[in-house]
Amino acid sequence: MAVSAQEKTTHPYGNTSVMGDPSESGRFGEFGGMFVPETLVPACQELDRAFRSAWADPVFRDELYLLFRDYAGRPSPITICENLSAELGCRILLKREDLNHTGSHKINSVLGQALLAKRMGKTRLVAETGAGQHGVATATAAALFDMECIVYMGEVDIRRQELNVFRMKLLGSEVRAAQSGSQTLKDAVNEAMRHWVGAVESTHYCLGSVMGPHPYPWMVREFHRVIGVEASQQCASLLGGAPDVVVACVGGGSNAAGIFSGFVDTEAALVGVEPAGGAALGRAVPGVVHGSHSYLMQDEWGQVLEAHSISAGLDYPGVGPEHAHLAATKRARYEPISDAQVVEAFQLLARTEGIIPALEPAHALGWIMQAKDELAGQTVLLNLSGRGDKDVAQMMEHLA
Amino acid sequence: MTGVLEAALRARLDRGGKCLVPYLTGGLGNDWLETVQAAAIAGADAVEIGIPFSDPVMDGPTIQLANDRALAAGVTPQQVFDRLHRADIGVPTVVMTYGNIAYRMGYQRFAASLARSTVAGAILPDIPLEELGPWATAADAEAIETVLLGAPTASDERLARIAQRSRGFVYAVGLLGITGVREQLAASAKVIAKRLKAVTDLPVLVGVGVGTPRQAVEVCEEADGVVVGSAMVQRMLDGAGPDGVAELVAEFRQALDESTNHC
Ligand SMILES: Cc1ncc(COP(=O)(O)O)c(C=O)c1O
Repeated sequence: MAVSAQEKTTHPYGNTSVMGDPSESGRFGEFGGMFVPETLVPACQELDRAFRSAWADPVFRDELYLLFRDYAGRPSPITICENLSAELGCRILLKREDLNHTGSHKINSVLGQALLAKRMGKTRLVAETGAGQHGVATATAAALFDMECIVYMGEVDIRRQELNVFRMKLLGSEVRAAQSGSQTLKDAVNEAMRHWVGAVESTHYCLGSVMGPHPYPWMVREFHRVIGVEASQQCASLLGGAPDVVVACVGGGSNAAGIFSGFVDTEAALVGVEPAGGAALGRAVPGVVHGSHSYLMQDEWGQVLEAHSISAGLDYPGVGPEHAHLAATKRARYEPISDAQVVEAFQLLARTEGIIPALEPAHALGWIMQAKDELAGQTVLLNLSGRGDKDVAQMMEHLA
Repeated sequence: MTGVLEAALRARLDRGGKCLVPYLTGGLGNDWLETVQAAAIAGADAVEIGIPFSDPVMDGPTIQLANDRALAAGVTPQQVFDRLHRADIGVPTVVMTYGNIAYRMGYQRFAASLARSTVAGAILPDIPLEELGPWATAADAEAIETVLLGAPTASDERLARIAQRSRGFVYAVGLLGITGVREQLAASAKVIAKRLKAVTDLPVLVGVGVGTPRQAVEVCEEADGVVVGSAMVQRMLDGAGPDGVAELVAEFRQALDESTNHC
């Protein structure tokens, strides 16, 4: 694949300072690291080396850029929401990650990881999924790159998101139920890690967010950086600069990390929105689980608690370490939102703008609704991380 | 200075024997402590005691279930410590749990709690060499022997560094995978034992995938001993009680003793 000279000059990556590279030990401030069983340490180190070399290689970046453009449909547009803005009294812009192939931002990191896995000579992908969006994206990349793919999904989520389960099977992937513990996303991560421990030589673990052991939090953010880079260019031409506020929902934190990276070095306020029943950042209790030192919902003995929210994609008790760092250094703030507010936001966007959002980014809109007095007259950029098709059946029941 | 765990294992090796360390889940059933004591009497050289954790990523279905059951019954790390504190076990104990349990309590407090309960060592499988510093400092201060794992994926150079920082023994991971009984001993088990023996004088015990006395004997052609987990825990889950577990420990002991007498 060839990239024209003109495209090269608008190559959608750059480097920022605040969300730059982590330290040698994979830390953002005090958070991050590589807390995995010994069997996986050499694999994580190999991945770190492979990612560094690929990311410094223009051929790899060109290939990924063309995949983003010609397969995923990037750049994603920004929509200025006149009706919604009139209703809420602040100027709202949506970064339309819902318009990407497979319907969410997850495709960015998955295309990057699959391309990297192929370059490393891996033939299989294993992934965890909550709502199924990351599972569908991984299954899609596996089909495209002709790789074997196994996706672990909590038994509860398999029931909540049966359409996505069918999609993954249609794409040629095997979906396996995580039956232990809470049977949701955290248990799917456990199962995927256990699988990886046993198949580490042939298999790449395609992790779905900016969490896990180094280099995942950094690598996944770099693959999602394209969201922020595009958005900052789009805002420059639409607004003449950065918006006042950038807001995104936070499960593990990948879509938020992607869009924050484009504005972290500006004056814009950065706001991450967590479900009230899964607010790892809100509680700010540190722990070490699933590979990194970060904030974690846990009891007084360190047993991990189950997160509860209306959206399967945010039902995760931990959060990526870079968000813990952004919270601890106060560069970003993190706010909780209740399920009821999410359902209201879900309906509001559909009614006012003709856009049905996924329940995850509906959290971000829920916060704008709640904070509308504070936001009066400001310009707010919301990362609309996915579309709501996967959630309509659940909402139909909920609203009946 | 040689710790009590290492000393107990060396004593067995010096007599020409092979080491046997059963793994039992702490807090699983009311008689778990009696089970630990019975295992010691039946011929264990040390006993590994699991402190239940909600997300045990190195463990297969058997030990996961044991964790879930113990947690559902409300077991806490402190309860495990309290019972060990007053117990006479007769052989050294080593706790196995995950990093977050120690981290949450605070590494220093966790290490001090182990020392107060006369636990000799600790295994924290998700705190690898790169992340070991803060824990090792706390453990060393309390003379807790931190046993490190060496896995088939490591280079010889890495295995040497692991063995150098390990205390008590080196835990050789017998296969690429999580804990659980397998039909056959993996070919990787003897290989990793041999590779570790080449870089250390510490006892090298193979665990993960050693589920029968025959497999134990086979791997001990290279290794100094075995850690037997899921097979033991399955007996606990089946309600076999202290006697049932002791019986299995005795079978392993006898098989290992016979194998060393014959050569
Ligand atoms: C549309 C959408 N947004 C957000 C998330 C949450 O993930 P993250 O916080 O990594 O962006 C998910 C997860 O499934 C999702 O499907």
